[in-house]
Amino acid sequence: MRLFLPLVITFICGIVMILHFFIPHRPISTIGDGLTDWYMIVASAAIFLGAANLVQVHVHRINTKARNWKYSPVVLIGFIAMMATGLLWGVEETLPFDYMFQTMIVPMGATMFSLLAFFVASAAFRAFRASNWRATLLLASAFIVMLGRVPIGGMIWKQIPIISEWMMQVPNMAGQRAVMIGAALGVVATSLRMIFGIERSYLGGAD
Amino acid sequence: MNWEIIGIWLGAVLTLMLYSFLYRDNPFYKFAEHLFVGMSAGYWVIYNIFNVLKPNFWDELTGAGDGSPDYFMIIPGIFGMFMLARLVPKIAGLSRMALAMIVGTGAGLSLVSTLQTNCLSQIEGTIMPLSGVGTMGFIDNLIVVVGVVCGLVYFFFSKPHEGLTGKAAGVGITILMVAFGASFGYTVMARISLLIGQAQFLLFDWLPTMGIHL
Repeated sequence: MRLFLPLVITFICGIVMILHFFIPHRPISTIGDGLTDWYMIVASAAIFLGAANLVQVHVHRINTKARNWKYSPVVLIGFIAMMATGLLWGVEETLPFDYMFQTMIVPMGATMFSLLAFFVASAAFRAFRASNWRATLLLASAFIVMLGRVPIGGMIWKQIPIISEWMMQVPNMAGQRAVMIGAALGVVATSLRMIFGIERSYLGGAD
Repeated sequence: MNWEIIGIWLGAVLTLMLYSFLYRDNPFYKFAEHLFVGMSAGYWVIYNIFNVLKPNFWDELTGAGDGSPDYFMIIPGIFGMFMLARLVPKIAGLSRMALAMIVGTGAGLSLVSTLQTNCLSQIEGTIMPLSGVGTMGFIDNLIVVVGVVCGLVYFFFSKPHEGLTGKAAGVGITILMVAFGASFGYTVMARISLLIGQAQFLLFDWLPTMGIHL
């Protein structure tokens, strides 16, 4: 019963969503639309679960004085500040919540992602070795694409941006499509395994 | 109080704190990093409340949307509570029900949508003409068709990569290497553009607040 009921729920929900696509008529369409709305609501509860877990972890770190615990109050203050401003004044533009988002979260997000430029470049410097001709090809295509996207590329040779664009449009598209089709077939197989209860690891790894 | 200037200073100080990591890990970076985690979590919870739960759940349940309360909305509400049951060890098992609903619906949705967009549409796009498109068009289309087929052969592990299959897989990995290289270059440049954006923010928005104009 511990596993039976969740497996039945998974099966019914999965089958309804598949039928909803192939039979876009009532009552299946009504049930499918309703289930899609319900899915959104239940999935959003996972965000609360994540937030509660974040608070739990950091409170625990403070209580046990774990490594770097002094930064945990910063997490909690940031979390509470956003929650409080959002709940008290709402989320419309020019209100405190939006102000904090625009002046703090947006620049910090952009900075975090831009930091990756340095890490990716340093990782590439260490990992990319022209050890064989295929690795050289990878290195060369990355170099051409990067060079083609900055003005200096066109200044070195005016064909570089054109070659860069061609690489994105032709070989890159072919490779990405192969990956995409392969991954899509994997998603279909995994989805079917989940719906029919063959794949149960999401229920806690129980067989 | 000039809130615009305060906002620019907040953004600039936090940006510099995060960039200080380029020197080495330090308390300023850790402070900004933890603040970012906390604020982001708070932001997404509030975003979720106002953009998902309020219009799709609360307004429907109370009838604030179209005037007639939809009591069926109690069901996803209960499933949502089940999800939170994971926080209480004694009743944590209830979260399996919510998880089962999410996984089942998600699997059904993604099965159809992925098959349609990432599989069938991509196959359709790969069926390209090899005649009447000029020499360059012929070469380009041939590379795409051969690249996709050979790339898929490379991912097919049910047959040993020997003989013709091995040769096709070899062509496939070559195309994949070019694609991965191009994607890598593209990703790096996207990050660089963010870096330029932040540098411009510091140079042209923040420095002028101190009377320094470049």
